[in-house]
Amino acid sequence: MDFWRTQDQEALQDGIRSFCQGRFPIESLQPIEATGGRLDRAAWRDLAGVGVFSLRHDGFSTTDSALVFEELGRALIPGPLTATYLAATHLHTVLAGADSGERIVGLAQVAEPVTMAEHLLDLDSLLILQGDSIAVVDPNSVPTQIVERPLDPLTPVHVMLSTTGGEIVATGDIVRQWCREGAVLTAAMQVGASFAAIDLAVEYAKGREQFGRPIGTFQAVKHMAADMLVKAEVARAATYAAAVNLDGNGDDDLDRAVSVAKMLAGDAALFCGKIGIQIHGGMGFTWEVNAQRYWKRAVVLDTHYGNSEMHADALAGSM
Amino acid sequence: MDLRYTEQEQTFRAELRAWLADVLPSVAPEPHRDDWKNRRAWDTGWQRMLFDAGYAGINWPKEYGGRGATPTEHLIFLEETERMRAPYVGMNFVGLLHAGPTLVAEASPEQKAHHLPAILKGDHVWCQGFSEPNAGSDLASLQCRAIRDGDDYVITGQKIWTSFAHIADYCEMLVRTDTEVPKHRGITWLILPMDAKGMDIRPLRTMEGSTEFCEVFFDEVRVPVANRVGDENDGWRVAMVTLSFERGTAFVSEMLQSMELVRDLADLAKKVTRSGSTAWEDTGLRRDIAHLSGELDALWSLTKRNISEAQRTGFVGVGGNVFKLAYSELRQRLGELSLRLLDRASLSLDDVHELPTGKHIHGRIHALSIGIAAGTSQVQRNIVAERTLGLPKDR
Repeated sequence: MDFWRTQDQEALQDGIRSFCQGRFPIESLQPIEATGGRLDRAAWRDLAGVGVFSLRHDGFSTTDSALVFEELGRALIPGPLTATYLAATHLHTVLAGADSGERIVGLAQVAEPVTMAEHLLDLDSLLILQGDSIAVVDPNSVPTQIVERPLDPLTPVHVMLSTTGGEIVATGDIVRQWCREGAVLTAAMQVGASFAAIDLAVEYAKGREQFGRPIGTFQAVKHMAADMLVKAEVARAATYAAAVNLDGNGDDDLDRAVSVAKMLAGDAALFCGKIGIQIHGGMGFTWEVNAQRYWKRAVVLDTHYGNSEMHADALAGSM
Repeated sequence: MDLRYTEQEQTFRAELRAWLADVLPSVAPEPHRDDWKNRRAWDTGWQRMLFDAGYAGINWPKEYGGRGATPTEHLIFLEETERMRAPYVGMNFVGLLHAGPTLVAEASPEQKAHHLPAILKGDHVWCQGFSEPNAGSDLASLQCRAIRDGDDYVITGQKIWTSFAHIADYCEMLVRTDTEVPKHRGITWLILPMDAKGMDIRPLRTMEGSTEFCEVFFDEVRVPVANRVGDENDGWRVAMVTLSFERGTAFVSEMLQSMELVRDLADLAKKVTRSGSTAWEDTGLRRDIAHLSGELDALWSLTKRNISEAQRTGFVGVGGNVFKLAYSELRQRLGELSLRLLDRASLSLDDVHELPTGKHIHGRIHALSIGIAAGTSQVQRNIVAERTLGLPKDR
């Protein structure tokens, strides 16, 4: 047993991190918001260029992919990252070009009370996930209604007025596997966003002075920061474990491992987003400070591939 | 990253399992909690069996009689002994996991030769005299005084939370040998024979009703200078060396017990009825139990991560503190869930109404101690915030 990053995995993750810092610095998010969260095709192709969507074809494992997606989540990179990755992984003949960044693929999971599609205006293909089948539709021809003011300005959404039709492109085991991988990669992004929220809050607590000293000297603030780290580290362990099991390198029950990861990573991202705002005080409630962006993305990601509560119920089903 | 066990690790597990299956039927039932004489015999008897089979001091270096097992093998050892319900380390805890490793790192050849084999064989039981009534979280402020008098130190003062003091043979002890210097620099580490004259040992009853903790009072107790480990006034460093032996395995047995407790709680919820349906049909309760069981799975993964880190780097990073914090909080919630499920049945410490409720109530009480023992959760948070996150100290 060796449940720690190999040298290659460390290099892979560090490489993606510096790529993200260079190509998607956190300051680049606000201008994107001004465009209504539209995706930049050149940026998307650069993501493809470093191999984000073609990891599996290039010989990387799901665990490697989770390390990469952790960094994408840390950088709050917008766009249908998991859907395009999974399309490139599982449907590369039907949806050619997903791996090279030429085709942006989104996925809408049929849900109650509403089904929503993200980034619809920038999609080349929209997948509709219902039960254990996935259909592909033309994003320009499905009846939708735009949401004028999305919660996360980096994640524009449309309400889907119809979820039927389209060509079924995957069913059964492939879809089940798709959902497991989608949940784990989303969990990885939630873990990354959690750690980014921690870094931002800690930096602020070191520099912000009240009562004549940095607020980070106060135990009340320290303990909040420590609690963030605890949630994020536990979620990270669960997420890596699920990924390793998906690669066949573990003996845990697959569906349980996936649910634990998605549940705890969802909890962690929401918690770290929330506490990150609290540590920033009034500034945390402003548009300008990025603390709010981590929380908003956490809300978005929690709704992908089943929220925390749904996965808790799935765990109950296995007991 | 790979969660599968290597062939060598699987062989280790298979051999251990076979040995346990062979010897466990011959182990007598566990004596009553407060039957100290028989508990000592039971705990040390098991230690002797481990020694004879080559499993004593599983993580100790080979040159000092240990097995020199890897952290992963140590994990497997704890996992298998717990799953097969072998005796717990019990009162050999301090000797095997605390005093012994300290002696391995810091003691003189004579001290090692005298003490290490006796700990491994179960001949000597050790206790710990670190905490004092006024030195808890702030351990370095300890005041139990040792004054040099010829070839002896003369000790006067008080220690507290000394588990098994009334049956131990030796005590690893921190004493104040210099009051004129900053608190960390005037402490000395001593080996105290528990038959020394001038000691008054009083049991301290816990809220569980047990008496394994003691208060120990010292009135001019003489300990030979030859019993000092490390230099005079260098005891704080010696004590900290002990912590570096932690390889991520500290709570493995506890963890496995908690995982079983949650499974049992789910089973119990399927039996207990309320308003005509089973408690398990209560969505809120069921979801909370499931959430907790998922968190335990995650902490099991974190344990493996910590152990893997130790295997690679020789020590556990922040994962150790993270584990303790998360686990302490989780155990409290697990206990609270037990009370919610059992309702009026939680008013008895023993099983009632033919339901296996006693262990859940005992578990609930035990949970109250985890966030206090071995560093309170508040001190742990300070450590995480300052050492890992780099937040400034308030001093």
